[in-house]
Amino acid sequence: MLKTLSLAALLSLGTATLAWADEPRHGGTFNFTAPYGSAFATLDTHSSPNIQEQFLTFAIHRSLYSWDSHANTPVLELADSVDVSEDGTTYTYHLKKNAKFHNGTPLTVDDFIFTYERLATASNALPGASYINIIKGVQEFGSGAATEIEGLKKIDDHTLEITLDAAGNPGFNLMEPTTAIYPADVPLEQQAINPVGLGAFVFKEHVPGSQIVVERFDDYYEEGRPYLDRVNIIVMAEGSARDVAFRNQEIDVSILGPVQYSAYQADPALKDNILEVAETFTRNIGFSQTQVEAFKDKRVRQAINYAINSDLIIERLVKGKAVRATSWLPFGSPAFDTEAEPYPYDPEKAKELLKEAGYENGFEFEVTATSNESWGVPIVEAILPMLAEVGVTVRPRPIESAALGSTISAGNFQAYMWSNLTGPDPLTVMRCYWSQTPQSACNYTAYSNPEYDKIYEAARAERDPEKQLELLKEANNFIQEEAPVWFFNYNKAVMAHQPWVHGLVPNATELALQPYDDIWIDDTAPASRQ
Amino acid sequence: MLRFALRRILQIIPTVIVVALLIFVIFSVVPGSFAASLFSDGRTNADPQLVARLTAELGLDKPLHERFFTYLWDLVRFDLGTSFRTRLPVIQMINERMWASLELAAAAMVFAIVIGVPLGFMAALRPGSILDTVTMIGAVSGLSLPQFWLGLLMMMLFALHLNWLPSFGYGGGSFRNLILPAMALGVTPLALLARTTRAGVLDVMNSDFIRTAHAKGMSESAVVRRHVARNALVLIVTTVGLQFGSLIGQAVVIEKLFAWPGIGSLLVDSVAIRDIPVVQGTILVIVLWFLVINTLVDLLYAAIDPRIKQD
Repeated sequence: MLKTLSLAALLSLGTATLAWADEPRHGGTFNFTAPYGSAFATLDTHSSPNIQEQFLTFAIHRSLYSWDSHANTPVLELADSVDVSEDGTTYTYHLKKNAKFHNGTPLTVDDFIFTYERLATASNALPGASYINIIKGVQEFGSGAATEIEGLKKIDDHTLEITLDAAGNPGFNLMEPTTAIYPADVPLEQQAINPVGLGAFVFKEHVPGSQIVVERFDDYYEEGRPYLDRVNIIVMAEGSARDVAFRNQEIDVSILGPVQYSAYQADPALKDNILEVAETFTRNIGFSQTQVEAFKDKRVRQAINYAINSDLIIERLVKGKAVRATSWLPFGSPAFDTEAEPYPYDPEKAKELLKEAGYENGFEFEVTATSNESWGVPIVEAILPMLAEVGVTVRPRPIESAALGSTISAGNFQAYMWSNLTGPDPLTVMRCYWSQTPQSACNYTAYSNPEYDKIYEAARAERDPEKQLELLKEANNFIQEEAPVWFFNYNKAVMAHQPWVHGLVPNATELALQPYDDIWIDDTAPASRQ
Repeated sequence: MLRFALRRILQIIPTVIVVALLIFVIFSVVPGSFAASLFSDGRTNADPQLVARLTAELGLDKPLHERFFTYLWDLVRFDLGTSFRTRLPVIQMINERMWASLELAAAAMVFAIVIGVPLGFMAALRPGSILDTVTMIGAVSGLSLPQFWLGLLMMMLFALHLNWLPSFGYGGGSFRNLILPAMALGVTPLALLARTTRAGVLDVMNSDFIRTAHAKGMSESAVVRRHVARNALVLIVTTVGLQFGSLIGQAVVIEKLFAWPGIGSLLVDSVAIRDIPVVQGTILVIVLWFLVINTLVDLLYAAIDPRIKQD
């Protein structure tokens, strides 16, 4: 049975304020900024899960699927169509016949097998392994028990059959940049020095710690793309320096922090060229149910949600650069319940719940948090007086950002503040509250509830996408009621762009990741970009 | 002189060993691991098997002492190890960045010497004058201003308002791109040099032998050239050496601000992701640079003032 994959998912609230000109224009240079580090750690993008390296991946490489920021769903990228078996476990892809690597070699099924085997090889320890393990036989291949991945079958050069361990949409996993397809005929060592891919741009130059330059690939499979001749992906970790460079028109886009967001909104010359989107990140304080006795009681967790004036903190501290969180799944998730209301600020209700739970005299806990201005110690300090009002004493426990993940995964906290990825796939995201998910994976609060398990397992087993979404919505509402965390906000990512830049999209998975092949610049750009 | 030089060079070895030990211990006990930072950054679910596999592959599951001896043995063979992230030799990664840092440090030092030393000299020759007062106020300000803030001000003035220079980047080694970061980095040593030079020159000017030279009828310019300058040079050379040695370390902030592709930004990123071999290698190179420059300075002022090597 032929099924064309489409998830009717309306995810994000992209509020692009782009001034679109009529006809895209070819040519020119785009000065893009990579704001998440002082360098690119590697050019072999398989070995890094970080956004900083994905700027390069988006220019040079392609995965089997890609993310459609307008439809908010994964879509086929390297295949023209796919046949899905009745049981939803076997996908037969008809690959694009005009797709070529930058070295001129046409894309074939062998390249997929080569890439996925590299990712699955245990000794390589590549982050993409966790995405392709939905394919049958990946575990066996990884552990050396099999010489090939059972779920990968070459029908012919351009027909690939993938069998999954369980039914589901593989698009969410196989669109990940860490699963980008590498050419089988290029030595892997070369990918770390002079990467070769299928993307719209060819690698030209890397100045470590400074920039990567890519240039238009003439044999790109999308007709008429890319528009740009060249993209300079410039490393600029420092927000204030980026601000000066942007105002000086040396760079074409800049990711804004809360303070800059306010300043740009107030500046008549800048306010019309701001792109913002609620990203799929939920900022929260997770309550350890193994370290703090009080957190085992739902009423205590709910009380904390009632006791904090989240709107005030978002307005004053986060400068409006966030969307109030209602529940775990973000605002734009297909399983988000638009009818649901966030916990209101109600200290009296909080006191009442604490009294019912036997904590009318309060209790103490510490929150492990980094110095992040939007989801770190400054926010914890803001909630201190609010929780003190209901008798709860909070102590911030500052930690370096590099240590936060491992500390939380190890369960070494009473409560933590973090910004967790909560999209785009709601099934994967809601798995984090399933009791079978280890704390070291993503069930950080060690939440366990048989009732929730029942709903989640039903959603997992459901084949009908609509019914599955309904079950996931139910699961999300259940978690809102259970309040294993304080639901703070969903990140509102903001990107300022020069008026001559067109084609930027409100990418809810990460706004900084933009489709370079759709971007073009008009003739009002400075001479250096023409 | 040869024995003095040899003694100073040999002193580098125990210092390097102690520093290596300190770096190793510190980064072995700080929380956070590379495997965890790679797989558990909140974006992806940390697969415990994957973390354990990577930890074992990188040898991080071995006892601390075993890892330390392996590290020392590698150091003896001038092997700084392999980066966890890039799987490239650390020495290669440092080599790619070192030259940009040296270029920046050298330019900052030249800027500081060319302006700081003459200013200090002139201020000392006319103590209490307007020039002296302005120089000293400027020097105190230069020492007090945070480099980061000063860099931002320079960016706004020279790039944004005057549009004379690019605000960031390496520019393929262009001199125009070097000017702003070098000035921002050079302000502190400039201020220090101006103060030190002034103090050194004033000290010499009040010496008995200068009075004797004047009494013998020597012209002012001859006294300054032959006696004052030479005697004040020891202090100036010491300051230049110490500052030049520490500039590579100080450049971390400036490199990040100006997106300068030096060793400082490599260090910052490597600390963040716990790429320990790169952190250890980079710090060691910075320390080694400081020690080498200091040794050279010791040798230089032993040449300027022979009394020093006798001490």
